Amino acid sequence: MTKVAETFSVDGYPRESAKAVPGAVAELRGVSKSYGDVQAVRHFDLAIAPGEFLSFLGPSGCGKTTALRMLAGFEAPSAGTVLIDGKDVSGLAAYQRPVNMVFQSYALFPHLTVGQNIAYGLKQQRPKLPLAGINDKVQRVLETVRLADFKDRRIWEMSGGQQQRVALARAIVNEPKLLLLDEPLAALDRKLRKEMQIELQDLQRQLGITFVLVTHDQEEALSLSDRICVMRAGEIVQVGTPRELYDQPKSRYVADFVGTSNFFDGKIIAVNGGTGQISLSDGRSYRAFLSDAIPVGETACVSVRPEQIRMSDTQSSEALEVTIQNRIFLGEHTEYLVRHARLGNIAVMAPRQSDGRLDTLQKGDTAWVHWNPEAALILRND
Amino acid sequence: MRIYAVCVYVFLYTPIAIIALFSFSAGRSASQLEGLSVQWYGRALNNPFVMDALGNSLFVAFVSATLASVLGTLAAVGLQGIRGPARALFDALIYIAVMIPGIVIGIATLIALVTVFGVVNPWLEAFWPGSAPAPTLRMGMGSLIAAHTMFTLALVIIIVRARLAGLEGALTEASADLYATPLGTFRQITLPLIAPAILAGFLLSFTFSFDDFIIAFFVAGSETTLPIYIFSSIRRGITPEVNAIGTMVMGASLIMLVVAQLILRRGQKR
Repeated sequence: MTKVAETFSVDGYPRESAKAVPGAVAELRGVSKSYGDVQAVRHFDLAIAPGEFLSFLGPSGCGKTTALRMLAGFEAPSAGTVLIDGKDVSGLAAYQRPVNMVFQSYALFPHLTVGQNIAYGLKQQRPKLPLAGINDKVQRVLETVRLADFKDRRIWEMSGGQQQRVALARAIVNEPKLLLLDEPLAALDRKLRKEMQIELQDLQRQLGITFVLVTHDQEEALSLSDRICVMRAGEIVQVGTPRELYDQPKSRYVADFVGTSNFFDGKIIAVNGGTGQISLSDGRSYRAFLSDAIPVGETACVSVRPEQIRMSDTQSSEALEVTIQNRIFLGEHTEYLVRHARLGNIAVMAPRQSDGRLDTLQKGDTAWVHWNPEAALILRND
Repeated sequence: MRIYAVCVYVFLYTPIAIIALFSFSAGRSASQLEGLSVQWYGRALNNPFVMDALGNSLFVAFVSATLASVLGTLAAVGLQGIRGPARALFDALIYIAVMIPGIVIGIATLIALVTVFGVVNPWLEAFWPGSAPAPTLRMGMGSLIAAHTMFTLALVIIIVRARLAGLEGALTEASADLYATPLGTFRQITLPLIAPAILAGFLLSFTFSFDDFIIAFFVAGSETTLPIYIFSSIRRGITPEVNAIGTMVMGASLIMLVVAQLILRRGQKR
């Protein structure tokens, strides 16, 4: 309990700060990008540590791809500075930057073979690299992505997953400071995507290259990243490790976007250090951790993850009486949608119980739910 | 409906088929078939006036198609970078250029060139250094090549533009991302991928220039191209020789058109 309270304390948050991070491999400093009246990216401050796997996560149109393209050099920031390896590259074109990108569409050159595609970046280097050296590197990277026998194949002879690996190989063969990945797995089917996720992660650890991934898939971001930068409407909402974002979201938006959660609107009636009392629409007051310094009297909401809610078929003093609306059996656990007369719908995820008591609950039955205050978090409505 | 379609095709192609058929006539009449022979082909190919006109036509077609392909490709690539109203204006002007009737282009080019020559020639004469007589600009091969290049330029731009628009924008970005300079990207990525369209544009331009009579009639001056030769020989009476020339020109043009189409289609498949 004390441990949880500690991590939740307002001061204890890791700063997703603008301050220059010593040794950062890349940095966006006060970067904005507007197209006419539309601001795609606003006051973006982010430092990327060497060797980390960072994801930009957000719904489409939140500016995550624009941020990535500014790192690559395809877009020039309207304001602010882009630094790579401590050097200001804001004025440099894409071909002058030591970064490489894996495109969503792969953008493989259709008139070149797999080997020629991969060698393309190496062949542009001036002074010229010796041909033997290039061939060597191409062969090695082909082995890394397990396409050793495909060097002389044409691009259109490759499957989607193979093309994806060629695109990866074409980028990593140049040993870039930063590897930028623009929704690289979006075009693959679910099974292949899972495999490629594992491959990506292995590759990143093996090579030690810094990866920056753009995705709208929270599951992908959670499973791959060391850090996730959650974005909304061109702004950074929160930066943190997957666990931080899941357990300590700073706003309703993050709690909603990273994982699923139940939200109950209410008003803060007391604040005591890291915890607060909030009065909800059922007239009762609930104790919960404060995600941020929210003053008394402010409207806010309580977030409780479905897996933190306990459900029972017997009444107890603390529990809320609910009616079962729907249940979905998912093997090791069951998802319930229940309805409280005042609080509305509540999603509950119940693990399989050995006594099987909940299994008899049917739609329309009455049950009781409750959660521990440690599992509830008061968030700003945003 | 099917009968109607058949009628249309019969109506369209019978005259052409008859010309081709009568070119194999053994007699002297161009409108009566009197036995079969290829003698008129031999006559046509041994006629120095025909060969001279053919040479002129091939030269003009080759030079104007080459110029149009190079300039048209550069224009198409340049237009890629333009957006907004300026782009719409350029597009409209290019399409209009293709649709303007040949006779209008012929007259317009003639008047424009005569006016320009009228201004430039006295100046040339006045300021020409040395004792040699000053050259005078006049209608001829040069004006014909210029007029054909102008017209076919628009064709090449339209064909190359279509191919460029079909190219994925990410390809040039990927090339830039892999350290290729803008010129390097053009040479290694854009040019190889639009090459089929350029070649098709060249062949279409060549065919157009080779077959063109109207514009050539106005601006060729004293030079004779093959279509002009055919026109003037018809005025002296149609012989199977004219039929033979016509059939050969048609055959060559058809082959070029088919080749251009094949190249375009193969290019698109990739």
